[in-house]
Amino acid sequence: MEKKEIKFNEETMALVNNMISRYPEGKHKSALLPILHLAQAEFDGWLSPEVMDYVASILSIQKIEVYEVASFYSMYNLQPVGNCLLEVCRTSSCWLRGANEIVEHIEKKLGIKEGETTADGMFTLKTVECLGSCGTAPMMMCGAQFHENLNFQKVDTIIEKLKADGKRKTYLDEVVVNHY
Amino acid sequence: MGKKLLLANDHVPGIQSYEVYRKHGGYASVEKAIKTMKPEEVVEEVKKSGLRGRGGAGFPTGMKWSFLAKPEGVARYLVCNADESEPGTFKDRYLMSRIPHILIEGMITSSFALGANTSYIYIRGEYYYVAQILEKAIAEAYANGWLGKNILGSDYSLDLYVQVGGGAYICGEETALLESLEGKRGNPRIKPPFPAIAGLYGCPTVVNNVETIAAVVPIVNDGGDAYAAIGIGKSSGTKLISASGHINKPGVYEIEMGITVEDFIYSDEYCGGILNGKKLKAVVAGGSSVPVLPADLIITTANGEKRLMSYESLADGGFATGTMLGSGGFIVMDETTNIVENLHTFARFYHHESCGQCSPCREGTGWMEKILHKILDGHGTLEDVDLLWEIQRKIEGNTICPLGDAAAWPVASAIRHFRHEFEEFVKNPNGIKKVKHYESTQNLVTA
Ligand SMILES: Cc1cc2nc3c(=O)[nH]c(=O)nc-3n(C[C@H](O)[C@H](O)[C@H](O)COP(=O)(O)O)c2cc1C
Ligand code: SF4
Ligand code: FES
Repeated sequence: MEKKEIKFNEETMALVNNMISRYPEGKHKSALLPILHLAQAEFDGWLSPEVMDYVASILSIQKIEVYEVASFYSMYNLQPVGNCLLEVCRTSSCWLRGANEIVEHIEKKLGIKEGETTADGMFTLKTVECLGSCGTAPMMMCGAQFHENLNFQKVDTIIEKLKADGKRKTYLDEVVVNHY
Repeated sequence: MGKKLLLANDHVPGIQSYEVYRKHGGYASVEKAIKTMKPEEVVEEVKKSGLRGRGGAGFPTGMKWSFLAKPEGVARYLVCNADESEPGTFKDRYLMSRIPHILIEGMITSSFALGANTSYIYIRGEYYYVAQILEKAIAEAYANGWLGKNILGSDYSLDLYVQVGGGAYICGEETALLESLEGKRGNPRIKPPFPAIAGLYGCPTVVNNVETIAAVVPIVNDGGDAYAAIGIGKSSGTKLISASGHINKPGVYEIEMGITVEDFIYSDEYCGGILNGKKLKAVVAGGSSVPVLPADLIITTANGEKRLMSYESLADGGFATGTMLGSGGFIVMDETTNIVENLHTFARFYHHESCGQCSPCREGTGWMEKILHKILDGHGTLEDVDLLWEIQRKIEGNTICPLGDAAAWPVASAIRHFRHEFEEFVKNPNGIKKVKHYESTQNLVTA
């Protein structure tokens, strides 16, 4: 990864200011969580200490106030992750419908274990807790996109598509809404 | 077909859009409330309706609203809890992504009733795309004069915003949610003071679930009495049930409270029976936090009465033989299900989601996960089962927020009703199918 200057582009900066404007005067710290999402999406999918310091400077808050929040919530990555973070739910309803087998299948297919990233930096596999898609289990999420009613074949197709596309997926992406 | 109040139009093409929603009677409750009612009168209708909070605790909404402090010159807030993270629950996502305007409409009518001029919808971060759907709906509501200054020419003004969370079940607890909305870690606050006195930014605040707020729309439109006439006894109205697990037709169903559990599981209108013609073994009726019940006790109460889908009937028998309606996350398990392994997924969940403020919860949830892992790995002893029981007992009631209880109850009920399965594992470890147990992954969030 080439080193880039840590500064939001203009479009994102407008969003940041919009976030801040949603809260009463003096309560701009409320915008921290949404801004961290914007930062993660813009700066390679994770929150480096430099990125967190930058966010602190935008909100004029202490750096520690950003660190303590970023480390509390599970969606903020404090280490680099692959372009496509595959988050597979393994809680009860998904487990009942074969989530463990889906995780094993992905591990085999990508040649990595849970928590690891493929050598080409394309995929990171993570297991997560219930994502509110229990009625369409098993499921996983990649970027903002929910992939539901998974089976091995479906997983293979998704992975192939993601590979062909090659782009980094973020929580801010447009998604295909799949009404079950 | 039971009566539908929230999902009556969910199959109308384009109902997501403002135009179609409006054409089907949308925003009538705002017109009625602002043009013809005083805020107190709206609160009164909600009281009459008997509506109870749909987020899990079932607290009467009208009463909660009447507790809201109203000091002169201090802002009041309405915050919608769209954190929906209780395993087995996905009704709020369905409602918000399908009919986003019903939530926006409910927020406006409810904010008017409470005298809030700024309101927030706090939605879990993983529902980012749903947040975008809501943002679009809010923009449409502004463009059509339902939000902003002097709504419908009245002196009432309201701004409504969405905030996305960062991924944490505990932010569904209302005081943790408020902390998170203030840009902090989601650590629940010690109560009192309750949010009604000191909530967001220290101001009086009401926190309500998505479904609760949406229900205000039909209540104001048709009157509290009409709502109260639906359902059964103190379980008035309809309830969204998220059905998942080993059933033929998983999904979100709006039921009239009071139908039988048996009907809900087996009728084609709802779950459509057990998958692959298997037998029913157990049900978690109200999201992961409520006690699991074996098939016989979920279909009939200990007194031999048919169990109904209502707050009272599901709780019949207390924790000895009953459970709770909770969030309406209805997880069905067939005869092949390994109860201990299912419980392990819950224990891991609570361990992962404990905020860590209280020792009984922080340590206890970890112990429970580890002991269950040990039993499933074939190294358990009979003493371990007793130890599990002891730990859950010591968590319950000894913590700042109810997550501790929520972690204890599934363990207690599994041992209470399925102790023989734990013992079989311990006595016959070789009989255990080699299964892989994923540990809590903290790997990506530790710096
Ligand atoms: C650990 C925990 C998680 C919770 N999660 C949610 C949730 O995701 N959504 C929700 O509406 N209420 C949740 N609640 C309940 C809220 O604290 C609160 O009671 C509810 O939002 C009040 O709204 P209601 O009266 O409309 O149900 C949770 C409570 C606890 C203790
Ligand atoms: S009970 Fe658990 S989640 Fe709740 S405050 Fe205590 S440690 Fe945090
Ligand atoms: S249990 Fe997997 S999405 Fe709910």
